[in-house]
Amino acid sequence: MKTATKPAAPLLSQPRVQRVLYPVLIGVVLVALWQWMVVAMELPPYLVPSPYLMMQTLVTDWAPLGSALLVTLKITVLSFALATVAGVLISFLFVQSKRIETALFPYAVLLQVTPIVAVAPLIIIWVKNPVAAMTVCAALVALFPIISNTTLGLRSIDPDLQSYFKLNRATRWQQLVRLRIPSALPYFFGGLRISSGLALIGAVVAEFVAGTGGSGAGLAYQILQAGFQLNIPRMFAALLLISLTGVALFVLMAWLTKVALGSWHASELSQD
Amino acid sequence: MNRIEPHTLAPPVAPAVPAVEILSAEKTYPNGTQALLPVDLSIAEGEFVTLLGPSGCGKSTLLKMVAGMLEPSDGRLLVWRKPVAQLHDCPHKMSFVFQSPTLMPWASVQTNVRLPLDLAGVPRKEADARVTESLALVGLEKFTGALPRALSGGMQMRVSIARGLVTQPDLLLMDEPFGALDEITRHKLDADLLELWRKKKLTVIFVTHSIHEAVFLSSRVVMMAARPGRVVEQFQIDEPYPRQADFMVTPGFARYAKQLQDSLLRASTTEEEEAAP
Repeated sequence: MKTATKPAAPLLSQPRVQRVLYPVLIGVVLVALWQWMVVAMELPPYLVPSPYLMMQTLVTDWAPLGSALLVTLKITVLSFALATVAGVLISFLFVQSKRIETALFPYAVLLQVTPIVAVAPLIIIWVKNPVAAMTVCAALVALFPIISNTTLGLRSIDPDLQSYFKLNRATRWQQLVRLRIPSALPYFFGGLRISSGLALIGAVVAEFVAGTGGSGAGLAYQILQAGFQLNIPRMFAALLLISLTGVALFVLMAWLTKVALGSWHASELSQD
Repeated sequence: MNRIEPHTLAPPVAPAVPAVEILSAEKTYPNGTQALLPVDLSIAEGEFVTLLGPSGCGKSTLLKMVAGMLEPSDGRLLVWRKPVAQLHDCPHKMSFVFQSPTLMPWASVQTNVRLPLDLAGVPRKEADARVTESLALVGLEKFTGALPRALSGGMQMRVSIARGLVTQPDLLLMDEPFGALDEITRHKLDADLLELWRKKKLTVIFVTHSIHEAVFLSSRVVMMAARPGRVVEQFQIDEPYPRQADFMVTPGFARYAKQLQDSLLRASTTEEEEAAP
C-alpha cells in the first residue's frame, strides 16, 4: 500500500518515548509497591514513611528544606567550578612535559585515594569560612576525574595529524589551540560529567563533617538533624532532594556536552 | 636490463634540475635495526617517481626522510640543493599527504584545507580564495561546510590532497595515499592525480605497494626490497602522458607490470636464499 505520508510510528514504539516511559513505569510500580507495603503492613512513619507522607513533608517543610537545598547547591556548584578550573590548569601543566606529569601524578592519585571524610576535619579547622572550607573539600573530591580525563585528552592526538602540524612548523601555541584543545574536548566533558556527581557527594560529606547548623545549613545537616529528632519523613524528603539534584546535574552535563561539542562544530561550519 | 643510473636520467616532461637529491642516506635505529641501507637517488623537477616495494622495505622511511620527518642516521638529503631543515627560506614548497586523510574531525572541509595557510599566517581572505581554488581542483567545491565524517573515504582523501595543494607546492610527497580505498575509487583518484601533476607541473614522490598503480602513474619506478630495506632497481616507464584508464589494458602496461613483478620476485628470492643458511 502506498500513502502520501508515512504514518507516524505508534507513540509507544518510538525509542525516545520508550527511554522515558520504561524508567517511569518502573518508578511508578516501585512507589506503588512501597505505598502498599507501608499501608498493608502498618509500618510506623518513624521506621518507613509512605511516599505520600514523604511528599507531604516536602511541601509542609519546604521552608527549611528549600533553603538547605540552596546551600548544598551553592557548595556543589562552587566546588565544581573550582575543581574544573584547577583540574584544567593542572592538566595543562602535566602535558607541558612528561617529567612534570611523572613527578606530580602520584600526588594527584594520593589526593584521590585519601578519603575526604578523613581530610575534611583538617580543612575545616584550617579554613575559617565554613562555606569556603566545604567548597574546598568537595572540590578535592571532584578534582581527579577532570585532571585525568583532560590530561588524557590533551595527549590523545592523532600522531599523523601532529606530524602534519610539525611539518608545517606550527608553534607550540598553534598546536595547543588548533590541535590539543579540540582533541581534548570530548574527554574533558566526560570528566565534567563524572565530577559533577562527585562535587555533590563531596558537598554532602563536607556538610556532615562540618555539621554547621543555623542559616548556613545544607541538606546533609537537615538529614542529621532529622535523624536526631527521629523525623524520618523529613529525612526521606531531604534524601529525595539530594538524589534529584544529582540527576539534574547529570542531565545538565549531558546537555552541556551536546551543546558544546555541537556548537564547536557549528562554529566551524559558519566560518565560510 | 632496465636498470638505469640515476644521473643519466632525462625525464620527458622537464629539464633535469634535481628537485631532490638523496646522497647515501641511510637509517639504522639505535637498537641496530637497519631500516634502510644507504640510498643514492636523484629526482628531477617534474618527475613522477614511485617508491615501490613490500612492507618493511623502508619506502615510507625514505619518504619521511625527504620530508624531514625522520633524520637519516648517515648521509644527506637535499631538496632544491638545500638541506631539508633549511627549506623554509627557499621559494620552493613541499607538501606531504599521509596514508590516512589525517583531517581534524571537528573542523569543516574548508577549515581543514585552510590549515597550512592558517599555520603560516596567510590573511584569511587570501587563504579562503586559495582554499576554494584547491577544493575545485579535487572536485569538492560543494562540500566546504561538511565535516570529514560526513564524507566517504575517497572524498576525505581528496580533502587531504586539496590541503596538500593549497600551499601551491612544487614537490608533493605521498605516502600510500590511496592504500585504504576500494579499487574503483583508487583508479579514479590515480587518474585525477596525474591530471593535477601535469596541470600544476608538480614533482611527485609516491609510495605504494601496488605494481599496477606504480606503472600507471610513474615516469620512473624505484623498486625496493625488505630486510634490510634497500633500493634494488629502477625502471623508466617510457609511456606517453596523458594516460587514460585504457592504458592499463595495453601490452606496454602489461610488459612493465611483468618486469616489476619479476624484479620484486628476484629481490625476495635473494632475501630467502640469504636467510636459508
